[in-house]
Amino acid sequence: MKDRILNSQEFRSLVRSKNAISLILTVAQLFIYFGFILLLAYNKEFLGQKIYGPVTIGIPVGIGVIILTWLLTGIYVAWSNKKYDQKLSEIREKLVGGE
Amino acid sequence: MQTALGQPTLTSIAFFLLFVFVTLYITYWAAKRTKTTTEFYAAGRSITGFQNGLALAGDYMSAASFLGIAGLVALKGYDGLIYAVGFLVGWPIVTFLIAEPLRNLGKYTFADVVAYRLKQRPIRTTAATGALITVLFYLIAQMVGAGSLIKLMFGLPYEVAIIIVGCLMIAYVLFGGMLATTWVQIIKAILLLGGSTILVFLILLAFGFNYIELFSTVTKNYGEKIVQPGGLITNPLEAVSLGIALMFGTAGLPHILMRFYTVPDAKEARKSVFYATGFIGYFYILTFTIGFGAAALVGQELIMKIDKGGNMAAPLLAEALGGEIFLGFLSAVAFATILAVVAGLTLAGASAVSHDIYVGVIKRGRADEKQEVKAAKISTLCLGLLAIILGIVFKGQNVAFMVGLAFSIAASANFPALLMSIFWRKFTTQGALWSIYTGLTLSVILIVLSPTVWVEILKNSQAIFPLKNPAIVSFFASFAIGILVSLLTQEKEAEAKFDSEKIRSYIGVGAE
Repeated sequence: MKDRILNSQEFRSLVRSKNAISLILTVAQLFIYFGFILLLAYNKEFLGQKIYGPVTIGIPVGIGVIILTWLLTGIYVAWSNKKYDQKLSEIREKLVGGE
Repeated sequence: MQTALGQPTLTSIAFFLLFVFVTLYITYWAAKRTKTTTEFYAAGRSITGFQNGLALAGDYMSAASFLGIAGLVALKGYDGLIYAVGFLVGWPIVTFLIAEPLRNLGKYTFADVVAYRLKQRPIRTTAATGALITVLFYLIAQMVGAGSLIKLMFGLPYEVAIIIVGCLMIAYVLFGGMLATTWVQIIKAILLLGGSTILVFLILLAFGFNYIELFSTVTKNYGEKIVQPGGLITNPLEAVSLGIALMFGTAGLPHILMRFYTVPDAKEARKSVFYATGFIGYFYILTFTIGFGAAALVGQELIMKIDKGGNMAAPLLAEALGGEIFLGFLSAVAFATILAVVAGLTLAGASAVSHDIYVGVIKRGRADEKQEVKAAKISTLCLGLLAIILGIVFKGQNVAFMVGLAFSIAASANFPALLMSIFWRKFTTQGALWSIYTGLTLSVILIVLSPTVWVEILKNSQAIFPLKNPAIVSFFASFAIGILVSLLTQEKEAEAKFDSEKIRSYIGVGAE
């Protein structure tokens, strides 16, 4: 059973797509956060500029990082709940035998 | 402004006793359902994704982060937000890379996963050491913080506060295991999120639901600087190093990882991180508002008068807006927060001792349910007492660096071994041991030589290692050594088992 699963097209595509999503989203998250702190380290003035009354660019950017972080986990979970679980149940049905 | 802070008021005591009564009742209820190891360590895998999301958030939102970040924002403004953001960004890493494989491969601890196809005894000894040291540093920081915060809020003597916290947390974990710990955590998370939401509502009420008005008031009183990035991040290397520790450390915290075993399957595990990230993110946005609200409505002068570090900003604001009753409520919530966090930590530490060291190493995996539960309870008791003793020993010490150190060890000792054991076929026992020990020793040695310990605590004039957090060195070194040693030492058995690990990791066949 082990080899049948490993060599199956379905399992390979499952692993490939899951790894691709995980990698892309991880890189996106690294980019967002380290982008934010490097911007802070190298260009404080930019984030300190006022955009609306007393509000500086830094405030929506900082809150934005929090929201984006959450959205990324949301994208991952939405993808997994839909695509991954569908592939998974196909594999389980076909190769693992119900369960 | 007069403040009731610093003395036990009738309302604060009433709210606190109510919390203690409810949680002890839950512990009693949970104790009847906590007989087997799965029940003790993992709440019988009966927690839903949503509940676990709240519990995870509860584990992460400590009193130190609630009171500390609100205070930081009140005194330093924007820099407090930067600090808060750092604590959130590790959660996606947990979601994308760790949560599901961990749930599918392990039983109770993250060492289960690292030892999945490697040699059980050396790996369990080493991984449990990493887990235990992470937990201990985190626990010391929490206990010392607890003692001082409770003293500030209720006026209780430091030692008394530590002993109350220690005894209650031992009771939760010892009798109610993970089930009680989880529900204490859930209740605390709801109270904390609810209390903060009310506080923010009251702030916005005071400013006519106009955020701009709030920012105008603080900039009018304290200048433009308060809404601009200040001195928190000046050295890019320093910022990146701390960023690495926070980002990857979250995915290596034993008490967080352990929570994924309390849900029935990988799907719930994945959902729970999404909920947790949402709750924590929302909480930090609230905390940011609370900090500015405190600066505007209480004033920095009074906040600093009560506590130089600003820790009492949120309670003072609660009193200013909601009177003594709301202050009492929020103080009790902060107390509850402390209790819940130390309970989670104690359980994670105890499981490393009983499940990994006692059963895995000493008994070579051959212990029956009864023996293991007994071992887990003895470990809980010992660790709880140790926490009380350490809390008292470290009284008045500067322990702020310990949270950073715990994150650095989690990021560079626990996380790399965990990640490589899941994803890399050629990872070997020797590679794992070297990787964990490298991360652990480098983190500890470099932090001793860093400005935080070498200069601030040991009073030397110049630091030997220039950065406050060592993760930028220890994290990469741990990976490099782990990869190098694995390539030099082949392990045919481990390679052969990789395929079945992979199937279980992705499909969940055979997961417990």
